[in-house]
Amino acid sequence: MAQTYGSKRTVVGAHYGLRDWLSQRVTATLMALFTLALLVQVLWPGEMGYDRWAGIFSRQWMKVLTFTVIVALLVHVWVGMRDILMDYVKGVGARLTLQVFTIVWLVGCAGWAIQVLWRL
Amino acid sequence: MANTTARKSRPGENMRLVDALGYRLPLAGLVSILHRGSGLLMFVLLPFIIWMFDTSVTSEITYGQFTSVFAHGAWGIPGFLIKLVALALIWAYLHHLIAGLRHLWMDMSHAAVSKEFGQTSAIVTLVVSVVLTLALGAKLFFF
Repeated sequence: MAQTYGSKRTVVGAHYGLRDWLSQRVTATLMALFTLALLVQVLWPGEMGYDRWAGIFSRQWMKVLTFTVIVALLVHVWVGMRDILMDYVKGVGARLTLQVFTIVWLVGCAGWAIQVLWRL
Repeated sequence: MANTTARKSRPGENMRLVDALGYRLPLAGLVSILHRGSGLLMFVLLPFIIWMFDTSVTSEITYGQFTSVFAHGAWGIPGFLIKLVALALIWAYLHHLIAGLRHLWMDMSHAAVSKEFGQTSAIVTLVVSVVLTLALGAKLFFF
C-alpha cells in the first residue's frame, strides 16, 4: 500500500479533527463535573429560595468554576454545531453564513452569561 | 509535499434521506440522532436558558418575575407552555448528558464497543433520560 502519512499524507483538511474531538470530550467532562457540583448544592437539605440560589453562584470558587464552564460550553457547542453544519449543509456559502451566525450567537450568549455571573 | 487525492465515489455517498428512511433505525442510531437533536435544541434555546439564569439570580425582584413567568405566563404565552419548553430542555440536557457519558465509556473501553453493549446502553440511555424527565416534569407541573 502506498504511504499516506508523513510528507506523503493524504490532504483531507486541517488538523484532522483530533483537536476538536479531544476538546469536545474534555469540555464535556468538565460540564458533567460542574453539573454534579451544582446538583449537590441544590439538593442539599433546606428551603430553596432566592437567597440560597443566588448564594450558590456568588461564592468566588463557584464563580470561577461557572466561568470556566461557560467557556467550555462555547468550545463544546462550536464543535457540535460545526459537525452538524458539515453533515447537512453542503453549500459553501450557506455553511459559512451559518458558521458565522453560530459564532456570533455563542459569543453573544457567553458574554451575557458572564455579565450575569460577574455582577453577583 | 503532501499529495491531494482525487475524490473517489464511495458507496452510500449519493444516498438521500428518503433512501435512508427505508432502513430500520437501531436504538443506538436513535440515541445518536437524538444526541444531535437535543444539542441543537439547547443551542437554539440558549438565550432562554441564560434569561432563566439572569432573572433567577440577579435580584429578589427578578426572582419573583422568574417564578411568575412559569406560574402565570408571559409575553402572551401561557405558563404551562413555558413549563413545557423548560421540560423539553430538561429532557434535552439529560439525554445529551447520558448519551455523552455512554460515548466517553465507549472511548475508554474497547470491550464496550460491541453490538450488544451498543444496544443495551442505548436502551439504558433512553429509559433513564425519559424516566428522570417525567419525574422532574411531575415536580415542575404538580408540586
